[in-house]
Amino acid sequence: MKAPVSWLRDFVVIPADATGRDVAELLLKVGFEVEGVDSVGDVQGPLVVGRVISIEELPDLKKPIRWCQVEVGAAHGNADTPGIRGIVCGARNFAEGDLVVVALPGTTLPGDFTIATRKTYGQISDGMICSAREIGLGDEHDGIIILPADSATPGDDAFPILGLGDQVLDIAVTPDRGYALSIRGLARELSIALGVEMTDPGQVLAELPAAAGEALACASDDTQACDLFVLQTLTGFDPKAPTPDFIKSRLAAVGVRSISLAVDVTNYVMFELGQPLHAFDADKISGTVRARRAVAGEKLETLDHVTRELVPDDLVIADDSGALSLAGTMGGLASEITDATTRIAIESAHFDPVVVARMSRRHKLSSESSRRFERGVDRMLAPIAAARVAELLISFGGAEFAGSAGVETAPAKSVIEFDPALPSRIAGHTYSQDLVKEILIAVGCTVTESAGAWAVTPPSWRPDLIVPIDLVEEIVRIDGFDNVPTRLPVAPKGRGLTQKQRLQRRAGLHLAGRGLVEVRNYPFVGVSELDALELAQDDVRRNALRLANSLSDEQPLMRTTLLPGLLTAVTRNISRGSTDVALYEIASVSLLRVGQSANGGTNPPRPEVNGRPNDSLLSELEALLPDQPLHFAAVLTGATSPAGWWGSAANYSWRDAITAVLNLGLELGVVIDVEAGVLAPWHPGRCASLSVNGVVIGHAGELSPRVLENLGLPKRAVALEIHLDVVLANAQSVASAPTVNTFPVAKEDIALIVADAVAAKDVLATIKDAAGELLEDVRLFDVYQGAQIGEGNKSLAFAMRFRASDRTLSSQEVAEAREGAIAAAQKLHGATLRG
Amino acid sequence: MSAPNKSFDPVEVSTLSQENIDENVANAIAAIAGANSLDELKEVRLAHTGDRSPLALANREIGALPPAAKAEAGKRIGQARGKVNQCLEVRTLELEVLRDQLLLIEETVDVTMAAATVAQGARHPLTTIQEQISDVFLALGYELAEGPEIEAEWFNFDALNIAPDHPARTMQDTFFAGNEDSGIVLRTHTSPVQIRSMLKRELPIYVVCPGRVFRTDELDATHSPVFHQVEALVIDRGITLADLKGTLDHFAQSMFGEGIVTRLRPSYFPFTEPSAEVDLQCFVCRGASIDNPEAACRTCRSEGWIEWGGCGMVNPKVLVACGIDPDEYTGFAFGMGLERTLMFRHGITDMRDMVEGDIRFTRAFGLGV
Repeated sequence: MKAPVSWLRDFVVIPADATGRDVAELLLKVGFEVEGVDSVGDVQGPLVVGRVISIEELPDLKKPIRWCQVEVGAAHGNADTPGIRGIVCGARNFAEGDLVVVALPGTTLPGDFTIATRKTYGQISDGMICSAREIGLGDEHDGIIILPADSATPGDDAFPILGLGDQVLDIAVTPDRGYALSIRGLARELSIALGVEMTDPGQVLAELPAAAGEALACASDDTQACDLFVLQTLTGFDPKAPTPDFIKSRLAAVGVRSISLAVDVTNYVMFELGQPLHAFDADKISGTVRARRAVAGEKLETLDHVTRELVPDDLVIADDSGALSLAGTMGGLASEITDATTRIAIESAHFDPVVVARMSRRHKLSSESSRRFERGVDRMLAPIAAARVAELLISFGGAEFAGSAGVETAPAKSVIEFDPALPSRIAGHTYSQDLVKEILIAVGCTVTESAGAWAVTPPSWRPDLIVPIDLVEEIVRIDGFDNVPTRLPVAPKGRGLTQKQRLQRRAGLHLAGRGLVEVRNYPFVGVSELDALELAQDDVRRNALRLANSLSDEQPLMRTTLLPGLLTAVTRNISRGSTDVALYEIASVSLLRVGQSANGGTNPPRPEVNGRPNDSLLSELEALLPDQPLHFAAVLTGATSPAGWWGSAANYSWRDAITAVLNLGLELGVVIDVEAGVLAPWHPGRCASLSVNGVVIGHAGELSPRVLENLGLPKRAVALEIHLDVVLANAQSVASAPTVNTFPVAKEDIALIVADAVAAKDVLATIKDAAGELLEDVRLFDVYQGAQIGEGNKSLAFAMRFRASDRTLSSQEVAEAREGAIAAAQKLHGATLRG
Repeated sequence: MSAPNKSFDPVEVSTLSQENIDENVANAIAAIAGANSLDELKEVRLAHTGDRSPLALANREIGALPPAAKAEAGKRIGQARGKVNQCLEVRTLELEVLRDQLLLIEETVDVTMAAATVAQGARHPLTTIQEQISDVFLALGYELAEGPEIEAEWFNFDALNIAPDHPARTMQDTFFAGNEDSGIVLRTHTSPVQIRSMLKRELPIYVVCPGRVFRTDELDATHSPVFHQVEALVIDRGITLADLKGTLDHFAQSMFGEGIVTRLRPSYFPFTEPSAEVDLQCFVCRGASIDNPEAACRTCRSEGWIEWGGCGMVNPKVLVACGIDPDEYTGFAFGMGLERTLMFRHGITDMRDMVEGDIRFTRAFGLGV
């Protein structure tokens, strides 16, 4: 809400030397954030009223130029022509005798443009006749400003006449304070901050002449939605009557364009009082004007030239022919005021905030009017605002007052039972009863004291004050948060992080410690990204929840896999010149539940909020949501350690993707099993299926060449994705300490030749099994394929370590264990010992 | 070389004469001193103590001496050999030290060639600041509460006193998941976790909840449709605004340094009343830049305060919706944007840096902010 200081001064006495900044500080004190203070027209220097005495058209120029003699007052002439200045001007909308605005040499106009005496078109131009735009008063550049005849004398200072130099505050009004979307409401806050009385324009009913004509009748068919409806009828209005400058300039200051006198006046009164109003062309209305719910199928073309389909929940203002406007939201095109309108009907009504809010949302139509009704309008204002509009149209538009109609349903009186000690209890700071009462009265409440609870009646403009805590907020706000002391509350003993939270942190530290860089991607994904992964049409990862209002048509889905975001981030890094990129993300994905549609359901439960919903309702709410398991995924490409003077590079390979998961398992004490797997987007021959306790938790390996080509990624890039929740749930809760054996170790290496199809992991398991408990450790350290061992075979070399817990092993014991392992491998895998 | 020994008189055996032995010893010592490496010394050792060395040859003559002369000649030779061996030992040690020193000099490298070249991992600063903030509150006895990012509208709005037609629902531009009437949204704030905490936990409640939230803003230098908040909630008997202020000040000091305080300005949130905006005292200039153009502060734009978040006393309606008696319990809640906090705390100028996953950005933060 923009508020010119001069307008505020109409209703509250602000110290004469107070700047816009000072006023902003005062409003800040009572809780209104001022986002900016602007000066109207950034003009400095001698700007005066002038009268055009003579106009001479300069001949033989490409465009018409006038050479004018302008009377600027005795104090502003120059030595040669006392009281007169010669000025060259290109505009043509003025005549001899008109009063204009003259910027004398030395005046600085917006854009840091200083006027100087200069020679132009063969004449000495000794100043400038100004247009509204040139002095920063709006966009009108049609011609220069012409002041109303006899409204000023040549030589007068033009600043106050034009409202120049006035300061305009841009105030952030929170949605609970509808009353502050008006000069009246802000003036009240200012008066509280200053501790002075205000003149309330919302309580002054303009005196209108006696009704002298036929007034349109009005009615409300839905007294819940419209409990107060006033309709004024004016006749004999001059549609050509101009809007007075003070209204124009004030509207410009609050950011509203001048349209016509009738419309400008309704806007002016709305900004001043906070009551939205609408002016109809009364000649386009037939019968009684009534507030009623729309009929299904009814249509209305609103002022923004959009034809709107109405629903029965909409509230309209209608006549016998149908809907005229969306109540409190926007007028209809058919009944709009035109330059031929002479009979005007002014609607000033009170609408239910929820009704207007719904309509505004449904039709995606937010107007100055709907914003105010949604936030609550003072119910007492309607007749006062209507009379004020009539008064202005009578005095500036030559209208006659034909009469007034109105209907009203008396509201329930709201009284708050208030314990005056409550503010102290909530704030932890003692407010005296006198202070509490003083503040409540200052904000407009009526207070009836009694021994126990007080009876507090909020003012009509504060429909937001309903329960005691609302009054507490007023006490704290006006007295100031700074007066509240500070205290650190003592929490009960906490248990720290949960096991899962601790493990998740540890997982992140582990991964970053191993050289991976974390990313936090958006959870949005598109079908084309899933296609690029070559997912099968029935892949569950295509069952994604769809957003009703995604930011981009390309990404309307919620991710079911972390890979698309990671791959995009890898591509971005590579395009920016990085070549070795290892990214990981730990985040939740969303997976539709069985039977859940991508569009969610309809008619969700909406538990009441007047008490704790029962458990079955709460379960129904949970059931609305998709599963949101925590995933861990990574994409690795380039060198894990680059080449350099120390040696050659090691590049990320399928092995790194798998070991990244296995090592994480090791860190968290979870045994993860590896088997060959097949799943897009992985290379079918280089994909591991990973499982914990027989449950598949994810996949890792090299991305398929096709996918890499789709994404323009380097060959051999690798990736992994697992359900981290499952890993965390299976993690060791308390690590158990090993027994450190101090007897000497015996080392034995064996190389076994097996067929290619035999999995190394199976041979390893056999060795472990057969070598018995003396075997401390065994690992695969070399693989050989070649003619020496025959086509279709591979040689697997294992390093074995033996140790007993109670003695030094004899060479015979070690040899027996070794032979046992070899024999088992021969038996189970057809392995032969390589000589 | 043995000389003829006709008379069996030791005097006649010139090789065993004191002069001759002394000369041999002197020769040996000179040779030892002249050896400049262990290899040279090895040759010297062979020449002067070996089987064919002068002293060894002289020793052989002793056997032919008359018994009366043997003892003296043996003593003479023994002393001479002892002297030579001692010199050899000393010189060996000297040369070994020299060899070791030379080896170290030869093996010298340019240690400045070493640089951190191996890919260095890092965690996202949004992750680590969440942990840092959580730790501040865990230390006070709070627990870390979590909730789903795709959330029921009831938790995100209704239970927080944001009725279906409340202007706040349009104020926060909400992503609707599924149909617009599916009842599920991408949570617009971490506040639904307050509701979940109040419904699930035993009183009193002291929780901190960091998390990802969503609003339909386009990504630019200062906005992102996906961002992060941290929120704290306390419900206990006798909780007041003073407790809220004290907790905020403690939080500010923990994150920004000793003596940094916060300031509250009245505001509006449906789920708290009274509500306030939280300003943080500028931790860079501490207010010294206000009206002082010579000490202008970029962090607070010379205003002395930085807008940090929102807070308030939990609205009794919210307590009621969660089955908590507002006459017995009161509470406070506050929340901050984490991107914003990172931006002013670490001088990040563009929101997009936290979104795009450029490793050059993230690596700068290492394992913790």
